[in-house]
Amino acid sequence: MRTLFQKKITALAKKRDDIVLLSGDIGNKMFDDFKQIAPERFINCGIAEASMMSVAGGLALSGLRPVVYTITPFVTARCFEQAKISVGYHEANVVIIGTGSGLSYAELGATHHSLDDISIMGSIPNMRVLAPCDPNQLGFYLDEALNLNGPTYIRIGKKGEPIITSEISEIRIGKSNIIKEGNDILILGIGPIINEALLAVEKLKSVSQKSIAIAEMSSIKPMDEIFLKEMVKRNFKTWITLEEHGFVGGMGIRINNWLFKNDASKTIKTINLNTPDQFIHTLGKQNFLRKELNIDESFIYNKLLSL
Amino acid sequence: MSVEIIKNEQLSKISKYLRYKTIKTSHEASIPHLGSCLSCVEILVYLYWSELNLDPLKSSFEDRDRFILSKGHGAPILFQVLAERNFFDSDLLKTAGENGSYFHEHPPKPGYIPGIEAATGSLGHGFPIALGMALGAKINNKSYRTYALLSDGECNEGTIWESAMLAASNSLFNLTVLIDFNKWQATGRSKEIMALEPLLDKWKSFGWHSQEIDGHNFNEIRNSLINAKKNEQQPSVIIANTVKGKGISFMEDNNNWHYRIPNKNEFSEALKELEII
Repeated sequence: MRTLFQKKITALAKKRDDIVLLSGDIGNKMFDDFKQIAPERFINCGIAEASMMSVAGGLALSGLRPVVYTITPFVTARCFEQAKISVGYHEANVVIIGTGSGLSYAELGATHHSLDDISIMGSIPNMRVLAPCDPNQLGFYLDEALNLNGPTYIRIGKKGEPIITSEISEIRIGKSNIIKEGNDILILGIGPIINEALLAVEKLKSVSQKSIAIAEMSSIKPMDEIFLKEMVKRNFKTWITLEEHGFVGGMGIRINNWLFKNDASKTIKTINLNTPDQFIHTLGKQNFLRKELNIDESFIYNKLLSL
Repeated sequence: MSVEIIKNEQLSKISKYLRYKTIKTSHEASIPHLGSCLSCVEILVYLYWSELNLDPLKSSFEDRDRFILSKGHGAPILFQVLAERNFFDSDLLKTAGENGSYFHEHPPKPGYIPGIEAATGSLGHGFPIALGMALGAKINNKSYRTYALLSDGECNEGTIWESAMLAASNSLFNLTVLIDFNKWQATGRSKEIMALEPLLDKWKSFGWHSQEIDGHNFNEIRNSLINAKKNEQQPSVIIANTVKGKGISFMEDNNNWHYRIPNKNEFSEALKELEII
């Protein structure tokens, strides 16, 4: 995702002279191409995210299209009030990119885990919140966000996420899509962790007749209510939400709330797979932590088998 | 009598009138922060009558100078300034403090009150927004200048110093910061609550073209702004030594007037001192 972001933002900045990239002193060499085509529009704001976020607001109020880029906790929790006031309240045309979201920086410890960013940014009025599940979707989202008025937060992973949205005909903000068809159980996911569900369902094929649909809810705010209403009509017995994020303020709780208001039959069972409400002390690779926290392929597989 | 002196007299007259209007509104609508408003009257009057390239009838024309009241609690005096400069009908200010009015204690986001460039009130936000506007001018090849008025208490905020470093590294000579150095913050002396002094040396060491002036003296304000514009390498800071509550003897340097609303007697005393009655 990082690579796609770097290539895409450079290509866009080549075409448009209003794009300004603000970095919080990360991405050594990553933005060399950008700096070559638009040196005056690459601003390393230093390790000073609060100032950077308000500067982005000021640039947007001057008619420019700033894109703020740094590690997720530092571009969300660290400068929440600046995102809220300088960007959200001013309805500023700012795109905020949080890189290394969820447990992408698993080994770096709780300071670098971002399991609260959707909750934090989602609480800001006017703020779009997107968690693209692969580089392909990120490309579409970035393009669109830079043409819409108002602020957008995009949480991205790191490197090498597999492409899982190539079959989708229309990727746009506010629209959810089925990634894999099925009839019995619906898995709703956000971000690259959807791939764990795809792997689990693939593995399940040989041992079970259960028919599992997988959909991406990557556009968390705005949420595609038309899509959700269609899903309600399809009578899945169970909806499973899957996210590399805590429950509070995440996608799962939004789905639960939505169903509470919109599922008249109250017969749909929901299962929320997310990270626990605790700091994580035992560290390891991202895969290890996904397993430890029961949001990985094998946990999903066993869960599906048990239903 | 030289033109400049006449001008200063006019500016003084306007300042006195705006002090009266601000105190009156505070008294009638129970709007606080009088002390903080009265300390920056001369700075605002000079900026809005003699410095800023603005058009009250076209308040958002592209090449206008930008002014950000980073010390957003000075809004009551800024609203009076904008009304007096005809950005909007001064009758609108009669709604100040009323339910449903846009005119309360802080400037709202642009679009609600003509002439307001950014919402402030939470300290430490306006300055980096102003920095973004100055940077925007540089990127867009625009010649407008950006000004931000900060309070000394506001210099407690980390974003002030983050932004001070960033403006210097980007050589934003089109950015001028004025600090209303009235020596007080909400609950005490600004040099005692945090180690604010030496304030001028701090800004100098952060790479800024730094000047210190009497913030109630129009000649000094004028000269410092001329000097700021002559500098073409660094952003400029003007530390304006001011008196909190300036102009009303019983409010001067008395921090109770950070929040206190003048009662009837105090209001009529103030009018006498301003020679309104």
